[in-house]
Amino acid sequence: MVLKQRIILVVLVITMVLTAIISLGLGAFNIPTKEVFSALTDKIGLSQNATADEMYADVLFAIRMPRVLLGMLVGAALGISGAAIQGIFRNPLSEPGLIGISAGASLFAVLIIAFETLLFVGLSELLGYYLLAFGAFVGAGLTAFVVYQISKKNGRPNITTMLLAGIAINALAGALTGLMTYMATEQQLRTITFWMLGSLGGATWENLRAIFPFILLPLVSLPFFGKALNAFSLGEEQAALLGINTDYTKRWVVLFSTLAVGASVAVSGIIGFIGLLVPHTIRLLGGVDYKYVLTGSMLLGAMILTLADVLSRTLVAPIELPIGVITALLGTPVFLYILIKENK
Amino acid sequence: MLRIEELSYEIKGHRVLKDVSLQVRKGEVVALLGANGAGKSTLMRLISGELKPSSGNITLFDKRIDKYENRTLAQGRAMLSQQHAINMAYTVKELVVMGRYPHFQSSPSVKDWKIVQETMAICGVADFADRVYLSLSGGEQQRVQLARVLSQLWDNPDALLLLDEPISALDLHYQQKVLSIAKSLSRQGFMVLVILHDINMASLYADRIIMLKNGRKWLDGTPNEVLNDKNIYTIFSVESSISVDNHSLKPHIFFKEMHIEPSFFNSSLQPVPAEDFWRTDRTQIQEK
Repeated sequence: MVLKQRIILVVLVITMVLTAIISLGLGAFNIPTKEVFSALTDKIGLSQNATADEMYADVLFAIRMPRVLLGMLVGAALGISGAAIQGIFRNPLSEPGLIGISAGASLFAVLIIAFETLLFVGLSELLGYYLLAFGAFVGAGLTAFVVYQISKKNGRPNITTMLLAGIAINALAGALTGLMTYMATEQQLRTITFWMLGSLGGATWENLRAIFPFILLPLVSLPFFGKALNAFSLGEEQAALLGINTDYTKRWVVLFSTLAVGASVAVSGIIGFIGLLVPHTIRLLGGVDYKYVLTGSMLLGAMILTLADVLSRTLVAPIELPIGVITALLGTPVFLYILIKENK
Repeated sequence: MLRIEELSYEIKGHRVLKDVSLQVRKGEVVALLGANGAGKSTLMRLISGELKPSSGNITLFDKRIDKYENRTLAQGRAMLSQQHAINMAYTVKELVVMGRYPHFQSSPSVKDWKIVQETMAICGVADFADRVYLSLSGGEQQRVQLARVLSQLWDNPDALLLLDEPISALDLHYQQKVLSIAKSLSRQGFMVLVILHDINMASLYADRIIMLKNGRKWLDGTPNEVLNDKNIYTIFSVESSISVDNHSLKPHIFFKEMHIEPSFFNSSLQPVPAEDFWRTDRTQIQEK
């Protein structure tokens, strides 16, 4: 990693923390930044003179903070897994959605919404709110498993077959999801739509705690694959000739990305474009070395999703816009701009 | 020493390589020659580990190559391929340092950077070390790849260097330069196996020439032993005459012009009369 890339990463860490702190105060109910600071310092015991307003503190710690933390976690997970999947497929236009992970997760979630009262009553009582998240997670894992098995050739995963299988799974899941929305009642349809467009509105300390380990593991592990993914960009054969264990790399990168995306979709629905756009922006800023791109995408992903969430809850407050709408509205023009620029 | 014994490779019932045995000794440049589809690249890919042989053995210093640990093997064996599928905007320096990957854990040492500088200078790419690889010409890209492959083996005098048509995209100067680098490395102990299409270059730079035909080893010997008009006709179906160069005492091949009779095409279609060819209303004329 060169000096410029290190500097970019440090700047990203600082701006990410600042964005998070500022966004804690913003929403349908605004909390002045001064109050945010005093409540935070109170909480960690830095200042003894508790000046923070109790109502502010309640909103801050019960509602705002889990939401901002969830946004950061999900953004970081989507950013880093997008970069990792692009590396493993050697395709700068791919993202976890491409191999069907997101579609599989959403299909299972939609199935649960549509058939909850009919089939999953027992499970629903047992798992409560987690049923939906659990379903999405199972869907992501199952799709990744099926796609991985289909793509195996002589016992080794073949990347082209994996992409094609992903496209097929995407089409199937899309069709089945469409069918479900057709059969759903109005109330279910509203839930499905909101969920398909993504939202951090369901953030609580409980579900934050539930997904934390599933997202933390990929966030900590994936940056170690930087060297291997750089070697992958020379082609799988050359990567093997450079001493990289290519099967091990493919297996674990896909698994960690599934874990990250599955857990994210499970709590926040489908949030598009982060996995695609963030790694691109990071590359434009400081180069293509994966040792920098992976960590950079994690930090920028966290920051951008936090910002998008602020917009989603302030633009037409007190009504909330689905965050997927915001990321797509912001992401599409930027993405098209990059495409046109690269084409020239 | 690289030793290949009774190596065969079969794909979908078709035997691409049949019972090939050969050796490459330390300090030797061996050129692989043969027509298209003779099995040269398949042999190279078997040695590089990309393909698994249907039968036979490949050993490096008396140990089967699949018994080596990935990283150990990568420190002593490298291959320059014909095609490079890079679509990310790596700089030249970033690419060349990848050659040092088997030698360091997380970041390159001072020694690694020194080797990268040296190989970039030797391959004539040091001047554009910070340029993006994708913006270079085909020949320049090939030299960057060579620098990467050389930096992988630079400090290992027992290394095996596999070159698959390394000079096909290069100008005359760099064709000579690349092969002289390979030869000079062999004199330091490297084993070099190189696929070439230019027989005169093979004659000039190789210590030994192996010719393949239809997946079998046909000939194996010094350039003076194997390069004669009869053998060249057997392998390539091309007529030639040979003379020995006074300076290098190596055979030099002169090819005879290949002549194809117009009747060879045997087309039943009537040609368009020349004066009508460029007329815009040609289709109407033909329809008439």
